[in-house]
Amino acid sequence: MQATSTPGQAEAPPPVKSRTFKRAFADVREAWDHRELWGHLGWQDIKQRYRRSVIGPLWITISMGTTALALGLLYSVLFETNVPTFLPYVTVGFIVWNFILGCITEGTDVFIANEGLIKHLPAPISVHVMRMVWRQVLFLAHNLVVYAVVLAIFFTALDDPYTITKGGIEHPGLSWTIVFAIPGFALLAVNAVWVALLFGVISTRFRDIPPVVTSFINLVFFMTPIVWDAGVLQRVTGGDGNDWRMLIAELNPVYHFVEIVRAPLLGHAVDWHHWVVVGGFTVVGWFAALVILRNYRARVSYWV
Amino acid sequence: MVSIDVWNASVDFPIFDAKSRSLKKLAFGKVGGKIESEGRVPIIEALHDITLSLKDGDRVGLVGHNGAGKSTLLRLLAGIYEPTRGQSRIVGKVAPVFDLGVGMDPEISGYENIMIRGLFLGMSRKQMETRVDDIAHFTELGDYLQMPLRTYSTGMRVRLALGVVTSINPEILLLDEGIGAVDAAFMAKARDRLKDLVARSGLLVFANHSDEFLAEFCDKAIWMDEGHVKMFGSLREVLTAYKGYDPFERMHPHEETPVLSGNGGE
Repeated sequence: MQATSTPGQAEAPPPVKSRTFKRAFADVREAWDHRELWGHLGWQDIKQRYRRSVIGPLWITISMGTTALALGLLYSVLFETNVPTFLPYVTVGFIVWNFILGCITEGTDVFIANEGLIKHLPAPISVHVMRMVWRQVLFLAHNLVVYAVVLAIFFTALDDPYTITKGGIEHPGLSWTIVFAIPGFALLAVNAVWVALLFGVISTRFRDIPPVVTSFINLVFFMTPIVWDAGVLQRVTGGDGNDWRMLIAELNPVYHFVEIVRAPLLGHAVDWHHWVVVGGFTVVGWFAALVILRNYRARVSYWV
Repeated sequence: MVSIDVWNASVDFPIFDAKSRSLKKLAFGKVGGKIESEGRVPIIEALHDITLSLKDGDRVGLVGHNGAGKSTLLRLLAGIYEPTRGQSRIVGKVAPVFDLGVGMDPEISGYENIMIRGLFLGMSRKQMETRVDDIAHFTELGDYLQMPLRTYSTGMRVRLALGVVTSINPEILLLDEGIGAVDAAFMAKARDRLKDLVARSGLLVFANHSDEFLAEFCDKAIWMDEGHVKMFGSLREVLTAYKGYDPFERMHPHEETPVLSGNGGE
């Protein structure tokens, strides 16, 4: 590097590199320190969406309630299942799915949508991601009202051991294991951040990604056991774990993420292999996100 | 101790047209070999080989024609753009004021906008709560602060934005042009606040076309031209070279230029 002799130039350039894991970690850490900012903005996003409407954010709850009711009734008729256990199943699955859906679709758009802020204010780019995930968490909190109502109505059915599909796994019913929903959701949210970081940066560079994601995400919804029960697979395969049809659910990462939150909330049997899979995704995903963040963090403001 | 150091920094913007931004082109472009020069992403070199060293107490004016790279340089100094080549090091809390509108939400009230803008500028919620009354008083907006921002006139929005910006305590203050859509009486008031702010902040870089403004706030100047630093020196030298005459001779005789003689530390 040539030594330019501009007057007042004190020292030689430091050997600091912009593309280091240290800087990538610093970006995430600083964003976390800005939580007052994204916390406030996330709330603002919700309030803003329902400004001037009479019942405001209650609309989030109402729309979730009606969808869960309709889907739950429809599919319990189609699959000939028991409404008091199937309706809560669909409701919780749909609430968790909505969170995942929001994080993925808005995650691809997170930097593109915040172009103005990125170009005008020096802030860690992860701030925008955390604001988005926080907003989704708040949406989910609104939807939990529906869960509470459903739980109150069908408590007696869920309290005792039950099966959702005939011949499926027998679930022990609601118990203290419900507390597993908290670490389960925390893990889900932690994963949401890396998904949005990874997809967000790539989508900012390649604008085909957001439409690709939106068109395939519906497919993922139908492939995931949300309106249908994985116990169906159990029945058709006769409980043979090596049958290829079991893989329909097992190979779908979304299934494991849904399951770690849904199972405790409904008193389903806790299956540790879901936790292992999710743990693996957390490690691999965050590593990928940090690599992307290391290499392209500084490029985002050029690309938006 | 605040400082900004930039070594041989360049800022290159890739210009993706709709086609080259897609994966398809990348995938097929590799397979089919180079499709003449169109296969590559065109690049605009907005800043070229910038070397600068700004220290605590510097009050630097930024002059140059439109498109000379003033705003890009400010963003480089703010850390928004990291140089594509070369290096930069920024020590201190940066408060950029580039666009008075960014970070303002038209649907929410003036008070809420004050809060959000402050959070964006690195204040905590508590700090902003103690400043809100002072800002309300300064902006003279009174009950209007309860109204959504969309009911405000342009001048009122500028008042609000200036009120917030001038109430914070930045270490490095970067001002882009564009402050000036308010009436003269308010401008006089804002000028005092800005002066105050400049005195508090450790380092100022100010892009402006007004000689008087520059003379009031700055003692050094950078002349940007076509993405290069054409000249960096005392304000008077640079302005004389840039304008082709000495602007200080034409100023009113009673308008002293004390900032010039001082070291900028006051």
